[in-house]
Amino acid sequence: MGAPHTYSYDVLIVGAGGAGLRAAIEAASAGVSVGLICKSLLGKAHTVMAEGGMAAAMGHNDDRDNWQVHFADTMRGGQYVNNWRMAELHAREAPDRVRELEAWGAVFDRTPDGRINQRNFGGHRYPRLAHVGDRTGLELIRTLQDHTIHLGVTVHMEYTVIDLLLDDGQVSGVLAYDRERGRFYAFAAKAVVLATGGVGRAFKITSNSWEGTGDGHALAYRAGAELIDMEFVQFHPTGMVWPPSVKGILVTEGVRGEGGVLKNSEGRRFMFDDIPENYRPQTASDAEEGWRYTQGDKSARRPPELLTRDHVARCIRREVRAGRGSPHGGVFLDIAWIKEKLPGAADHIRRKLPSMYHQFKELADLDITREPMEVGPTTHYIMGGIRVDADTQASTIPGLFAAGECAAGINGANRLGGNSLSDLIVFGKRAGEYAAAHARSRVAPRLDEQAIAEATGAALAPFERGGSGENPYTVQQDLQETMQDLVGIVRVETEMQDALTRLDALNARAARSGVEGHREYHTGWHACLDLRNLLTVSEAITRSALERRESRGGHFRDDYPEKSAEYGAFNIAVHRDPGGTMHVARRPIPAMPAELTSIVEDQKQ
Amino acid sequence: MAKATFRLWRGGTHQPGAFVDYATEVSEGMVVLDAVHRIQAEQAPDLACRWNCKAGKCGSCSAEINGRPKLMCMTRLNTLDLAEPVTVEPMRAFPLLKDLVTDVSINFRIKPGIRKFAPRTPDAADGTWRMAQRDVDRVQEFRKCIECYLCQDVCHVIRDHAKHEDGFIGPRFLVYAAALEMHPLDTGDRLGDLKDRHGLGYCNITKCCTTVCPEHIHITDNAIIPLKERVVDRYYDPVTRLLRMFRG
Repeated sequence: MGAPHTYSYDVLIVGAGGAGLRAAIEAASAGVSVGLICKSLLGKAHTVMAEGGMAAAMGHNDDRDNWQVHFADTMRGGQYVNNWRMAELHAREAPDRVRELEAWGAVFDRTPDGRINQRNFGGHRYPRLAHVGDRTGLELIRTLQDHTIHLGVTVHMEYTVIDLLLDDGQVSGVLAYDRERGRFYAFAAKAVVLATGGVGRAFKITSNSWEGTGDGHALAYRAGAELIDMEFVQFHPTGMVWPPSVKGILVTEGVRGEGGVLKNSEGRRFMFDDIPENYRPQTASDAEEGWRYTQGDKSARRPPELLTRDHVARCIRREVRAGRGSPHGGVFLDIAWIKEKLPGAADHIRRKLPSMYHQFKELADLDITREPMEVGPTTHYIMGGIRVDADTQASTIPGLFAAGECAAGINGANRLGGNSLSDLIVFGKRAGEYAAAHARSRVAPRLDEQAIAEATGAALAPFERGGSGENPYTVQQDLQETMQDLVGIVRVETEMQDALTRLDALNARAARSGVEGHREYHTGWHACLDLRNLLTVSEAITRSALERRESRGGHFRDDYPEKSAEYGAFNIAVHRDPGGTMHVARRPIPAMPAELTSIVEDQKQ
Repeated sequence: MAKATFRLWRGGTHQPGAFVDYATEVSEGMVVLDAVHRIQAEQAPDLACRWNCKAGKCGSCSAEINGRPKLMCMTRLNTLDLAEPVTVEPMRAFPLLKDLVTDVSINFRIKPGIRKFAPRTPDAADGTWRMAQRDVDRVQEFRKCIECYLCQDVCHVIRDHAKHEDGFIGPRFLVYAAALEMHPLDTGDRLGDLKDRHGLGYCNITKCCTTVCPEHIHITDNAIIPLKERVVDRYYDPVTRLLRMFRG
């Protein structure tokens, strides 16, 4: 085994999506040494797949928009269990963060008067999403990546973090291995920022890449940090459902923002059948008004297709269950119909949604300018994550910070589309800033040699078990089936208890997983290591979902279908107690200050 | 379910490489990457391949399929002759790491050598700029690039002459330079670098890069040729050279 190679940085950032890169830029700009670890090549993180846009109340397309409206929309979408301070900071700071991207070279779509163009999206009262066609994530990640490479940040590509290292209760660095050679490396760091994204790979149908295995969530949990809101998983209403190999790949909400409508097999726009009470005043009364809204008519209200994702996903599931679905188990999403309204509609669709046009043409042999798409829910995002301080993004462990999807709070029970990309840059910046300040205040940490040796040994155990061990791919597939079937869009006590039993068995199988061969770029070995994190987050999701005996946002309980005021007063947290078992607790939500309360009340009309 | 044979390149630093045939089940709508994943899960757990998005958006799964540089995730099986084995091998222009994975790190070393974006002074008092959609359209074509490096892989200046080790940045980075040069806000000047340090002159417009670009960027016509024209106008046009002599 031998002693691992060692690197040392003031601030170490784990993850190079939008949040990680933005944190790296901020920390490097503060003059500290910065290391950046990413599991894939630079620029390939899941952020690259984001499509629709980033939400920021700049008011370019509708001057009635401002941070207060954005804040109220975020809180309403999150069913008021959000960390209100994070929602406030996000709404206030997102416009500056977006404008900053332009100063670094991002090229957004423009309004007729030359400003950044903003589009409609689900749950946002006004057009708010700065975008580049439907490839906004690519623009975001490339802009940040190209800015970072000139700042002296050291990037370790294709490295995976195995464990956080602690020194006297504080974070002192991480243990990682490189994919290429399979060698172990210890990174000493005065502050660590986790920006590892989500947990989608715990489910069978997901829009997430292989990297979304909940690494940051699990690393922080094992080190003793608290996770909150883990029951809130977002199932995006529109993923591809056909052909089978592309099941789960995202179809941007931008399709609906541009006028796309959802229909069942009877041709009915079923979203008009079920409009939640708290959105009724803001929702169009008929198809014509909805169309006018998507075309920028300020007097019109939003079509019901642009209600929040949790609601749209459940409506789609209801239609499919009732036998009114499309041939392949989804519903129809139709943007081609706008040719009735617009001359040159086909060109318009191709210009506004080039990536979707290309995706369906290449992968499904379907021309979205002529035919409706088939779509159904796909696991997309987790609102839950590492509990952090709103202003500093510091976790409950000194020296450990988290930002982006792996941090929790801003989204509450349901995230609004477009709020993720702006969350990445708002809180990525803050995490980088406060991590740098923390690093300056600390002496160089010590690395715990014994912990490194133990973790290295555990990571190599699959080779000792060899080819006679469990196939890690099979264990992962079975885990995904379990979570998809038993802790999915609709949940019920008995099924979730069953899931816990199965997770125990899967844990035992994962501990028996084995591989043979050498360590270099050994995907099977990496799958063994991913299992530990996937199982941890799966258990956290299931236990939190059992504890929340009501339905709210992305969490829907068939046995408790109503929202309950009692459960609106706290977040559910999990942490690891000293014996190693998962402890579930309730954390009361502090009262909102009067200023924010009045904003929320004013916006309820 | 039908079966098909995939002839995958196996090998790395530990053993001499060779093609290995794997028969696996295929179904409607599958792409090459699905087949590779199935082989990985059922027959070859240590098979190395890169991938991320599976939707043609990240540019991770570049390979040579039946000798053509392509993304594995965007190559549908119904476009291939499955009566014959489907050959999948790593990009040939880059050093092999293992199986289907190559060392593309040179691309990450080239990029910082290109002068970075330098915007003009903001147009408005609030520190923002104004740009027309038609001006950003041109740059957005180049910014669609997903950095799959298939254009680098197929460019004969790199593939046959390894000039990327010797000052030729290659089509991906000529597109990158064009995106900066044609950026409505940029004030930087990269023409001297393109002529002297970035090897623009090596490109002799065979258009292979354009042919393989999965994002359908008109690399040669819209990026490289305009850059060449700018260099020629400045450095080789006799009239401008004469004027420069007088102006000093």
